[in-house]
Amino acid sequence: MQATFRLYTLVLLIMSAGIGLTLYKHLALGFPLLPDEKKLVWIVEAKIDFIAHGNPINVSFTLPPKNQDMVFLNEDFASPDYGFSKLELKTGRRAQWSKRIADGPQTAFYRLSIYKSDPIAAAHATDVQHKLVKPEFDEVLKTAATALLDQARDKSADTETFTRELIKSLNSESPTQNQSLLINNQSSADDKTNLLVSLLAMESISARIVRGLYLEGGRRRQSLANFIEVHDGTQWLLFNQDTGNSGLPDNFLIWQRGGQSLLDVVGGTNSRVSFSIIENVQSSRDLVLSDSQDEQAAIIDFSIYSLPIEQQNAFKMILLLPIGALVVVVMRLLIGIRTSGTFMPVLISLALIETTLVAGILMFLIVVSAGLLIRSYLSHLNLLLVARISAVIIVVITIMASISIISHKLGLSQALTVTFFPLIILAWTIERMSVLWEEDGPKEVFIQGAGSLITAIVAYLFMTNHIIEYLSFNFPELMLVNLAFILILGQYTGYRFTELYRFKSLEQQNVSDKS
Amino acid sequence: MFLISPKKLRKFGIIGMNQRNFGLVARYNPRRLYPLVDDKLKTKLLAQKAGITVPKLLGTLLYQHDVRKLEKLLTAYDEFVIKPVKGSGGKGILVISRREHNLYFKPGGDMLSLMEIKRHVSDIISGLHSLGGKPDTVMIESLIKIDPAFSDYSYEGVPDLRVIVLQGYPLMAMLRLATHASDGKANLHQGAVGVGIDIGTGNALHAVQFGKPVQHHPDTRKTFSELAIPHWDKLLSLAAACYEMTGLGYLGVDIVLDRDQGPMIIELNARPGLSIQIANNAGLIPRVNMIESLKHIDPDPESRATFSKQYFSANPSLQSAPHTKHTGSNSLALQ
Repeated sequence: MQATFRLYTLVLLIMSAGIGLTLYKHLALGFPLLPDEKKLVWIVEAKIDFIAHGNPINVSFTLPPKNQDMVFLNEDFASPDYGFSKLELKTGRRAQWSKRIADGPQTAFYRLSIYKSDPIAAAHATDVQHKLVKPEFDEVLKTAATALLDQARDKSADTETFTRELIKSLNSESPTQNQSLLINNQSSADDKTNLLVSLLAMESISARIVRGLYLEGGRRRQSLANFIEVHDGTQWLLFNQDTGNSGLPDNFLIWQRGGQSLLDVVGGTNSRVSFSIIENVQSSRDLVLSDSQDEQAAIIDFSIYSLPIEQQNAFKMILLLPIGALVVVVMRLLIGIRTSGTFMPVLISLALIETTLVAGILMFLIVVSAGLLIRSYLSHLNLLLVARISAVIIVVITIMASISIISHKLGLSQALTVTFFPLIILAWTIERMSVLWEEDGPKEVFIQGAGSLITAIVAYLFMTNHIIEYLSFNFPELMLVNLAFILILGQYTGYRFTELYRFKSLEQQNVSDKS
Repeated sequence: MFLISPKKLRKFGIIGMNQRNFGLVARYNPRRLYPLVDDKLKTKLLAQKAGITVPKLLGTLLYQHDVRKLEKLLTAYDEFVIKPVKGSGGKGILVISRREHNLYFKPGGDMLSLMEIKRHVSDIISGLHSLGGKPDTVMIESLIKIDPAFSDYSYEGVPDLRVIVLQGYPLMAMLRLATHASDGKANLHQGAVGVGIDIGTGNALHAVQFGKPVQHHPDTRKTFSELAIPHWDKLLSLAAACYEMTGLGYLGVDIVLDRDQGPMIIELNARPGLSIQIANNAGLIPRVNMIESLKHIDPDPESRATFSKQYFSANPSLQSAPHTKHTGSNSLALQ
C-alpha cells in the first residue's frame, strides 16, 4: 500500500512539474504550443577549426552578403579570448578574429539566423561587372577550349543560352576527347568553376564564382556548393554549374561572391570550416527565444537551445526516443505483442525515420531474410557462437553494400539510406531469429518478427508526427509527463489485449461444463 | 467473437501476465534467489542436499576446450540428456535415447553424429541458450525411464508434471505431453497437450491442445479420463518442499516420474507460465487468495500438501471453508 502511495505521489509530482514547466513556457514566455508554419527559420552555424602553433593568429572569414531575399534575424560570433571585428570591405563582409599567442586546436563559431522574406522580385546582384582578365591556356588546352566554345556558340543565341550550353557540354555523360582534356572525374567542384570562368572569359563574358549553402534542416558538417554567375551586359545571372539551370534555387543562401578566399588563417594550420543547419518551423518561437535570452530567463539559459547547433540536432533525435519507449511499453503491457528484443523496435523506427517508411521496411525485410538464408548455411559450418555472429555482421554489411550499389545503379536513391539500420542489432536479430526458427519453428519467428515490425511502425508514426516532433523538441519537460505515464503503466495488472484471445477457450469450456 | 470479455476472465479468476509479474513474481520472489533456479546445477546440488531425488549427473563441461573430452565422457553411456545449465523454457535440451557405434539417436529417431553433438555442446557453452547470451555450462544427466502409467500417453520422451507452488502450498498441477504436432517438445505453444490434474486425487481433469479441449491423446488415441498420476502424495510433498529449499514464494516445479526411482525434480522456475489455467479450465486467483488469507504458513511440507489436497480438490465433497477467514484487503496483490 505504502509503495503504491509513494509511487502515485511521485507520479503526481513529476507530472505537475512537466505540465507546469510547459505552461510556464507557454503562458509566461509566449512559446506557442502548436507549430504554425508561417515562417521557416534557419539557424546556420559555421564552425572554423584550425591548429595554432604558438604564433600570432589572424583569422579572416567571409560572411554572407546581406542583399539577398533572406532576412537576417541575428548574427553571433563566438570564440573565447579572441579579439573580434566585423569588416565591411568593397569585396564583401568579413569577420576577423585575432590573438597574440595561441596553441593547440582552436575553434571559432559564426551563427546566423535567417528567414526568407516574402518574394517581391527576383533578386539579382546589382553591382557592375569587373574588368575581364584573359586566361592563359597552353596550346593543347586552348585548342580543346576553342572547339568547345565554338560548339556552344553554334547552339546558342545569347549569353544566357551560351552559358547553359557550355555547362551542359562540360557535364555531359559521354564526354568527347576535348571535354575530358579540360575536365574529368577527378576534378573538384572548384576546378570546374575556375574552368568555366576561364572559358567564359575567353568568350569575353565576365563570370564569377558564387558559393552558397542549401538550407535544409538537420544538416551537419555541410560544405558550400559552387555556382557560377554570369553578366549578360545588364545583370548578373546565376547558373548551377552541374545542371546548367539558371536562377536562384529555393532555400539557398549565397555566402560568397567572387574569387576571394572563404577562410584565411594566418599563423595556424589544418584550417577547416563546416556548416550545420537547423530548421525551425516557428519564427515566433525564435523571437521569444532571442528576447528571453536577452532577459536571461534561466529556463532558457539552461535549456537545449544553449547548446551548439550540431548537438541540438542530435538532441532532436534523442528527445524522440522516450516516445518510442512509451509505444513499446503500451504495445507490450497493454496489448501484449511479442517482439524480438525489448527495444529493438525503437532502434528500427529510428532507422525508418531516415529511410522513410516503405523503403525502410522493404530493406529491413530483405536484409533480415537474406541474412537468415546465409545464417542457415553458416550453421552447417560448426562455428563458435561469437565467430558466427561476427560472420553474420560481415554478411549483413555485404548485403547492405549490395543493396546500395544495385539500387544506385538502378537509380533508386532511397535504398542508399540502408546504412542507417543499426548493424549490430540487425546481426543479433538474425542470429536470434534463426535460433528461434530451429527451436520453435517458423511460426514463432513470424509472430515475433511481425510484432517487432508493427511496434516499430507504430513508434515511427508517432515519432514522425509533426506535432509530437515539435513538442518533444520545444518542450523537453513534457518528457516528465511521458515518464509519469510509463510509471503508471508499470503498475498495470489488468489483462493484456492478446490474453483476451488466449483465454478465449475457457469461455466455451465453462459454458459446455454448465450445460 | 474472437475475444473473451475482461469481466468474464475476472469472474473465472484468471491471472494475466501483468498480474503474474506484479502480484506474484515480483511480490514473492526476491531477485537474489533467482540464481538458485536459473542455474540448474545449483538447483540440483541444493535438491540433493535437501534429500530430494534428482536425475543423476553424468558430467559437466565448463569451457570450449572441454568439448574434446565429450567423446570420452560419452563412451560409457548409450542414453543421456544434454542440458544448458542456465537455459530457459526447455531451450537447448538434447535427449539421446539410443546409440549405435558413433551414431546417436533422439527419441524421435533423428540421427546425430558426434560432430553435431559437439557443436550443440559448444553452442551451449557460448551462451546461445542462456539468458542474455552469457557463457554457460553444459550438464549431462542420466535419461529418465518412463513410468508405465504414462507409456500409453507418451508420443516421445517422458511427460513432465508442472506444479505451481505458492508459499509452499501446491496450487495447481498440469501434465505436459509431447505430441507429433509439437515435434516431441513439451511446450504448449507448439502443440503439446496440457492435462489439468486434480490436486486432490492426482487424476486427470481436463486436457487441451492448441487451446482447445481434447478427450484423448492425438497420437496414441488413449482417453485421458483413465489417466491417474502414481505416487501422487509423495509428488505433492516433494513440490511443497521446494519452498524451503529455495525460499522462492511463487514457484513452478517440474517433476518427472522415473520407472525405478519414482518422482524426481528436474527443474524449478521462478516465472512459471499461465497456460496451466487453460489446461485446468480454472483460474488461479481464488486459490491465491485462499493462501494469502492464511494467518501463518505451515512449516511442514507434508501437511501443506494435505491442506492443498483438501481445499484445491476438484471434488467439492472434500472441500470445506478453511478455518481462517477470507479477508479482501489482505489479498491486495490481486485486486
